[in-house]
Amino acid sequence: MVAEPTASYAALQAQANAITELFNMRGYELVAPAYLQPADLFLDRMGEAIRGRTYVFTDLDGEELCLRPDVTLPACRVYLERYPKADVEARLCYNGPAFRYQPGGGDETRPREFRQAGIEYIGGTDRPGAEAEVTALAVEAVRDAGLETFSIRIGDLGLFAALVQALDIPDRWRLRLHHFFWRPPVFRNLLRQLSTVPAGEMNDAEAALLGTLDLDDRSESEARVAAHLEKDGIPLEGTRSLSEITERLLDRAADAKQQPLSDAAVKLFESYLAVSAPARAALERIERETKEAGLGMGEALSAAHARLDRLSEAGIDLDAATFSAEFGRDLEYYTGHVFQIEIPGRGRAGHIAGGGRYDDLLQGLGAPQPTPAVGSAIHTERLLAAVRGDAA
Amino acid sequence: MSGDPLILALPSKGRLMERAGELFEASGLPVRKTGHERGYRGEIDGYGGVEIAFLSATEIAYQLGLGRIHLGITGEDLIRESGRDGVSRTEIVRPLGFGKADVVVAVPECWLDVSRMGDLEDVAATFFREHGRRLRVATKYMNLTRRFFSDKGVTGYRLVESLGATEGTVAAGTAEIIVDITSTGTTLKANHLKVLSDGLILESQAVLAKSTAVDWPSHISEALTGILSRLDTNGA
Repeated sequence: MVAEPTASYAALQAQANAITELFNMRGYELVAPAYLQPADLFLDRMGEAIRGRTYVFTDLDGEELCLRPDVTLPACRVYLERYPKADVEARLCYNGPAFRYQPGGGDETRPREFRQAGIEYIGGTDRPGAEAEVTALAVEAVRDAGLETFSIRIGDLGLFAALVQALDIPDRWRLRLHHFFWRPPVFRNLLRQLSTVPAGEMNDAEAALLGTLDLDDRSESEARVAAHLEKDGIPLEGTRSLSEITERLLDRAADAKQQPLSDAAVKLFESYLAVSAPARAALERIERETKEAGLGMGEALSAAHARLDRLSEAGIDLDAATFSAEFGRDLEYYTGHVFQIEIPGRGRAGHIAGGGRYDDLLQGLGAPQPTPAVGSAIHTERLLAAVRGDAA
Repeated sequence: MSGDPLILALPSKGRLMERAGELFEASGLPVRKTGHERGYRGEIDGYGGVEIAFLSATEIAYQLGLGRIHLGITGEDLIRESGRDGVSRTEIVRPLGFGKADVVVAVPECWLDVSRMGDLEDVAATFFREHGRRLRVATKYMNLTRRFFSDKGVTGYRLVESLGATEGTVAAGTAEIIVDITSTGTTLKANHLKVLSDGLILESQAVLAKSTAVDWPSHISEALTGILSRLDTNGA
């Protein structure tokens, strides 16, 4: 195991100081979120994919802790400790290590201890304004650090939500499409199922039970499920309630009678997810295709256009920015605008900075109401390596 | 006989210990403890060049992966569980036909809406909405579970490590789902749990396994060949 995770500490520190100075100057207050975090929060929010890459351990009191794999969530906890009502607009910035397991112990471009410098703008009500501010500030920071050649990829998870909302399908399908969106391999399976046999495979016993339920009478159905359990001597055990179990049985019973998802809708999803083009052109294509399908995308499209206007005003060259509809699907807490500053052709080592809107996270962490938030983090080791590469 | 001995680890307790002892005895390789009666070292009577280490089955799987022992008898489940890349540093030499049990995914019997792995992702979606957290899967098989769930496309869960009485975690309210080993299913049934129809992760049994993370000089390979031929003549 290496004794010093970076051979360039002095250079990294100098770079971090310059970055945080810029953030400060723009009104972002420097905070120092704890390195040690409750493991629960990360595992419940980000799931097992992140556990596989997080150092999780139990301390002597039996508390399950982790070394923070990312600083956004710890920074949100700082905000909530200060403003438990989440009713204050705040701009926070940080600079410090995060820890991720790397197979074989990692190397210089994939260190297990790396330093993130980032900003979180919480509670900003001018949505496109906040998105443009955070994106432009991240771009300014990497440019100030000396990075000259890079491209920007953007995405918008709100557009997918709007597309799902616009389709004429049951709410329960909307929820599933949302949930599965974050899981690309199974998303395809779900589309296949909904467009062929919506209720999925079913054995005789299941079909018989579903047949006894009354789709229009929830409490009567619940009573029948309870009677079924009673008859077979099965106690109601565990944390899922009778009503949750009945609810899903009713969903399946309804699915069995539901017209499958149309081929046109499946094609529309596939076509949407394949969109990757210069930002304006991409939005126009989405607008054209949804219009042709007779779908109203509501405010989502105009919000996306408004965001591009603001990004452009903030000095971002939109012709050099790629909009990718798929982008952001692997980061479960983002809810809207997402972006990444990258050096093409270098794989992960070329992902210098990223960020986006995460409107659900604060409430999940205990805020009493939904709280808008946008943030960004710079991977400082990668930035330094890229800047040195540029100079060479 | 020259050089270091072949180190063979045998289970130090329970049924696995008894069955392994019987197998060696029947194969004309009687194992005898050396030193103190409560000690953990042994040898094979009248058979040089082999040192026996008595270890827990879990420890044997772990030590094979690290290359600290040459050979060991342990459960296939433990071998496949140990190490990130599964069996690659341990090679199964012989399945031994005893210690048979299945590693399975089980859910409460009262989940009338769940019978397959594919149901779990749907349940995960609504569960998160209702309870504000993920479905918890209690198990001691963290790696096997993660791999199996990933192959089945189930992701909306989190693992809770359980080192004993896993089947009780659902009733205790500390998990919704379990992954555990079962031979007859009686314990699962008694705890009102049912196995998912495609929830069989592994049909496990006791195996003789060798480490590929350790050197095998010729005299140690020969010792292995000798042991195997005796085991083979006696029907293992």
